[in-house]
This record gives sequence, C-alpha cells and structure tokens, in this order.
Amino acid sequence: MMPLEYWLLLIAFIGIVLTLAKPVGLYLAGLMDGSARVVKAGQTFENRTLGLIGANPEAEMGWKDYALAVLLFSVAGVILTYAIQRLQLWLPLNPQAMANVSADSAFNTAVSFITNTNWQGYAGESTMSYFTQMAALTVHNFASAATGIAVAFALIRGFARHSISTIGNFWTDLYRITLYLLLPVSFVFALVLVSQGVIQNFSAYPDAQTLEVNKYDAPKNSPDGQPLKDDKGNAVTEPAEAKTQVIAMGPVASQEAIKMLGTNGGGFFNANSAHPYENPMPFTNFLQMLSIFLIPAGLCYAFGRAVGDARQGWAILGAMTAIFVVFAVVAMSAEQTASPLIAKLGSDVSMGNMEGKEMRFGVAASALFATITTAASCGAVNAMHDSFTPIGGFVPILLMQLGEVVFGGVGSGLYGMLVFAVMAVFLAGLMIGRTPEYLGKKIESFEIKMVSVAILVTPLLVLAGTAISVLVTDGKAGILNPGMHGFSEILYAFSSAANNNGSAFAGISANTPYYNIALAIAMWFGRFAIIVPVLALAGSLAAKKRIPVSGGTMPTHGPLFIVLLIGTVLLIGALTYIPALALGPIVEHLVMLAVK
Amino acid sequence: MFKQLKPAILMLLLMTVVTGLIYPFLTTGVAQLAFPREANGSLIEQQGKIVGSSLIGQQFTETKYFWGRLSAAGTYPYNASASGGSNFGPLNPALADASKARVDALVKADQDAGLKRVKAVPIDLITASASGLDPHISVAAAEYQMQRVAKVRSLPEAKVREMIAANTEGKWLGVFGDARVNVLKLNLSLDAMK
Repeated sequence: MMPLEYWLLLIAFIGIVLTLAKPVGLYLAGLMDGSARVVKAGQTFENRTLGLIGANPEAEMGWKDYALAVLLFSVAGVILTYAIQRLQLWLPLNPQAMANVSADSAFNTAVSFITNTNWQGYAGESTMSYFTQMAALTVHNFASAATGIAVAFALIRGFARHSISTIGNFWTDLYRITLYLLLPVSFVFALVLVSQGVIQNFSAYPDAQTLEVNKYDAPKNSPDGQPLKDDKGNAVTEPAEAKTQVIAMGPVASQEAIKMLGTNGGGFFNANSAHPYENPMPFTNFLQMLSIFLIPAGLCYAFGRAVGDARQGWAILGAMTAIFVVFAVVAMSAEQTASPLIAKLGSDVSMGNMEGKEMRFGVAASALFATITTAASCGAVNAMHDSFTPIGGFVPILLMQLGEVVFGGVGSGLYGMLVFAVMAVFLAGLMIGRTPEYLGKKIESFEIKMVSVAILVTPLLVLAGTAISVLVTDGKAGILNPGMHGFSEILYAFSSAANNNGSAFAGISANTPYYNIALAIAMWFGRFAIIVPVLALAGSLAAKKRIPVSGGTMPTHGPLFIVLLIGTVLLIGALTYIPALALGPIVEHLVMLAVK
Repeated sequence: MFKQLKPAILMLLLMTVVTGLIYPFLTTGVAQLAFPREANGSLIEQQGKIVGSSLIGQQFTETKYFWGRLSAAGTYPYNASASGGSNFGPLNPALADASKARVDALVKADQDAGLKRVKAVPIDLITASASGLDPHISVAAAEYQMQRVAKVRSLPEAKVREMIAANTEGKWLGVFGDARVNVLKLNLSLDAMK
C-alpha cells in the first residue's frame, strides 16, 4: 500500500486543483461571453486589431465557417513552422549553428506542435535554434492551446444557446484566450520558474571545466561517417575523453510555462521536465503538475455556469477526478517496486523503481506526474515512462487511450468528455426506451453520428498504426527493449500521437522517415477528425429548440449520471484496447512476477 | 473559403510576433534583471573559470570523490548537451548489466581504498536518472560512500559526515520526496578543504 506521504501529495494536489476550478472557471466564462472586465476595457483595441487582420469581429460564425477558420489557421501554422525549421541555419538567434532540420523531422514536428501533441522525435538541445524554439515552437504552444479552448467554447455555446445558427467567432475567441489568459499567466509563471533555477537566456553553450576528465568509449565511424561494426555486429569503439562539460542553454522558462499551462508538453530539452534546467525543484515540479490541470478543471466549471447550472460542470469534473484518482493510486503504488533484476543484485531497493527517475522528485512525484501528464494530454515527462514497471507504464498508456478526456488537453479534454456525455445519455435512453436529451437538447441521429466519429477515429489510428508498425521492417527497427516491452513502445507511440499527448516510451527511435510520417498522420487526424465533428455537433445543438425539463428527463448532475459517464468512458476504452494491452504491459507484468 | 484565409495568415503572423518574439524577449529581460544567476544556469565559478552548475551533475569515477547517479546521456555520461535516460524496461537484461557493473565498480573502489565490507548499495546509486544530469543522490547513497572518501582523503568520518549534511537539501516542506545530496557541490567543498 502507499505510504502516508504519497497520499498527502495526491490529496494536496487534487485539493488545490478543485479549489482553483471555480475562480478559473468564472474567469473563463467571462472570456467566453465577453463579460469579463478586462475584455470590456480592451474592446476598442480588440475590434481595431481584429478588424485590421480582416477577422470581422462583429459577425459570428456558423459551425462550418468556424471549422474552416480552425483548419486554415492550423495549416498555415504547419507551413510556417516547417519553413522556420528548414531555414534555421540562416535565421538569427542560432549561437550553436544548428543545422537545418531534415524534411521528415520538420514535418513531424510542425504537425506535432500545431495539434497540441508536442511529440518530439528530435532532441531540442542538439537540433533547434533559439529562434525556432521561440518563433516556431513557443508560438504553437500558445496557438494550439488557444484553439483547443476556442473549440470547447464553441461546443459549450452549442449547449447553452438555442434556435440560433452561430457558435461564436474563432478569431475573437483566439484573441481573448491568448491575450487575457495564456500570455499573462505564462509570463508570471515563467518568472516564478526562473526564480527557482529554470534558465532564460540567449547565451552560447558555456564550457565548464569539470573536476574529472570524462573518459568514455566513443563509437568509431568509417571514413564516410557510418558507424563501424565488428564481425558480431557490435559497434566498434575507441577510447575518448571530454575535458569540459558543454552546458546547453536557451530561453527555457518562457516556453516551459506555456508548455505546461497549455497541456502542450514539448520540452525545450530532450529530457523534458526531468531536465534540471526545466524543472529544478520539488516546488517547480508541483507547480508544473498544477498548471497542467488548471485550465481543464476551470473549463468544467465554466461549462456548468454557461449552461445555467453549475452542478452540470461539477458532475463532469467529478467523473474526471474519480477516474484520475484511481489511476494515480495504481501508478504510485506500482512504482514502489524496483525491477527484480536490480533487487537480485542485493541492493537496497526500499526507495522503489528509481531507474529513469530524478532524485529530487523520487517515486511519488514521478508516478503522480506521469498520471497527470497522460490524464491530461500534456505529455511532458519528469521521468522516463519506458523504465516504469509494467503496471506503472500501463496507467499512462490506458489514460491516453481513453481519449484524453480525464481532464484532458486544454479545451480538448472538455469537448472530448462532453462527446462521451452525449454518448452516455444516448445509451441510457436506449436502456429505457426514451429519446435521449442532454441539457434540454434532444440528441438525434446527426448528433450520434458526429459523436461516433469523434469516439472511433482515435482507436482506428492507434490500432491500425500499431498493427502496421509491428509488421513492417521500418516499424520494428525503432524498438529498443526486447520482448513485449518493445511492442508496448510502439503501442505507446501511436496511443500518444493519435490522442495528441506527446509523451513516449522514449526508447523507441522515432526520428526516422517512417515514424515521422506515420505519427504525423496519426496526430493530424487525431486532432482534426475530432474537432470538425465536435464543431458540427456544436452547430447542430445551437440550432435546436430547448425542451423543458419534465418528469422523464434524466438528471445529468447527480451521482447516477457520474457513474454512467465513468462507465461509458471505461467501457469503450476497455473494449477497444484490452487485447492490445494484454500483449504489452499486462503480460510483461505477469512475466515480472515470475522472475525470481 | 477565402474569407477566412486572410485572417488565418495575419493572425498567425501576429501571434508569431507577440508570443514568439515579444513574450520571450520580455521574459528574458525581466529574468536577467531580477534573477541573473538563475536565468544563466546557476553556474559555479572558481578563479574566473566556470567549473559547472549547481543544477547539473558531473561524472565522477575517482575514489576520492562521491559518485552520482548513473547517466545515460548521449555519447558520454553527464553530457549536458544531450540529456536523456537509458529507457531500459524493467526486464531488459541491459538494465541488470548496467546496475551490476556499477555495484562491481563501487566494491572495487572500496577495495582500492582498503575497505572490506558488505553493505547493500542504495538503488539510486546503481540506476540511471531520467535526465542523465541528475545533480543529486540520496543521503543513504552518500553515507554508503562516506567511509571510502574519508579513507582516501585521510579525513575523519565525522568531518565528511558534516560536509554531507552541509550539502543536503531536505524533504520539500519537510514532508514530500527524499532528502538529497548535491554531489558536485559536496565534491567541490571537499577539494576546497586543502
């Protein structure tokens, strides 16, 4: 069982998240309907700015225009982000003279950041110039987060309005979310992070004179630059030494703040939030965990308020919290056990599974972080999930596969969960033979079609992508760990990409043309093949008449509905993925139990 | 179609300027004024030379130094331009090999120092960190190495214990996580004693 300290950490975390949900939600609701004081104060400037870029802030959009705006904005983002990476050698702020990124990697990264996935096939500190990190990647940390929240706003309006054909103006939503929410909070958060040791500079990498000369075996290359192999296929090495430590630098804090707040998760460095310059203290770690859930939790409250019944929002938040807590306890408990291979060496393993974990976080804060980052579609990591115990690794995989609806990404978590809520109401309606309704809106054939597409697209991408990859040579070539764990690496990669999470079983070598393209496809459709039907759902709901509550209406704010919603999410997730999970983490766990 | 194309492109450019240039530059400016040491990497300087960072670990293999976590950073251990973990799964034989090699190296270091003892090695000392740059080890891992370092440096154990304590950061808020010892700072203060 978990020690008291683990429980305290979990309770403190969830307690603060739930406490902040209401104030954050109130502010979000004010941004959504324009009633926030700051929106009114800046109205003239907003109209002028939006007018200048041709956004026509006076007019609201129907769902098709809204979807078109989202898609065009995102496609333009992919093109610009791709171009900056391909040209970075000739652009400013590149003190390490980073080369232009390869075509397939740049394409993957562009799609990854625009879809709020932030899957990273590259290592930041040896690939991206400061300019690319800022003007390409940081921008889409903001833009993709704001897009997700905007789509959630549109869907909420669909429920809140009736007999009307529009669901808001995408450009106005984007403007307000970025300027009044993401930017100011990120700015303050970034400065707090710097005060704790997160770096923020444009320096070239300094050379530190280390206490010892670092002697190591370097792989030997043939004259044409290929690694040499001996007769047995092992790499040939030669002794080498490093007299200094070249320490990677950069404008980290400004990206770190929005990386967490916008549930993006793309690290400035390869090691992400495990890197001491991204996450130097237990305190920064706790703040990073909180900032992942801050907006997703607040949006639930904003939803309840907008539909005129705060309890509706608490019910959604309650379902999310219940699933989250159970998964967190499982992961934190599992990680207390070290690998039996290490225990066999006669070492003191009382600290738990420390492989791939940082001393300043330890097992509890690492396992909790892993649960939070995959419950939300953040994907930042402060420990290497690949080295988790089988059950510790099972939790993040399944949480992603549930569709990133347990808090989920900013915006995407709420609209994903509302899709499940509509499905839950539909299932309940089938059971009792009544036309289902949710929040006074009749759920009919069109809505169920859109909901079904939104729910089915990610399993299709995950399972087909995994199946193809374990069959083709290029897919199998990426595996690091032998046996079923290698299968889990591929399953994890596609679960992460299609659900726009971005974390990885990072042993997989995914910076290859095959994975760069396959995962980019999964990320793109995992994002927009859900956003478009969700906006269609919003448009259709907004146009409907509101039907009054009657004796036959199923209440959707009580415990019964919460249980029904949890059941729907878990049932659909379990039915879809248990066979695949059985081949990976589940069988690995059984094998581990047998190791003596 | 084209009605939304113009705002799509212009909004992207506007956001690139505001969130991609103004925001990071402004953050850098304020950070450099308010927290210059932290913003520039918490670097440690001695006689005008940078010897490391208090947040970034270094590789130690000599018996007179405390050793840190194993590091699976790129190309060589504690490569601060190529962070990363081993990513070995819990049943990967390579994981056992790496840990076994570390246990053997620790035992050999003890023997070289003339110490004969059998003591379980704390797990953080034989596993790789997530970043490959972990600056810390547990207090138990420092105490495990205390006798060796004291013997090699001909220092009383009590003195070394004192220095471990001086470089220990306690549990967060006295409750969460583990107390941890900064290996580079500890070794620097040992070297400074002469």
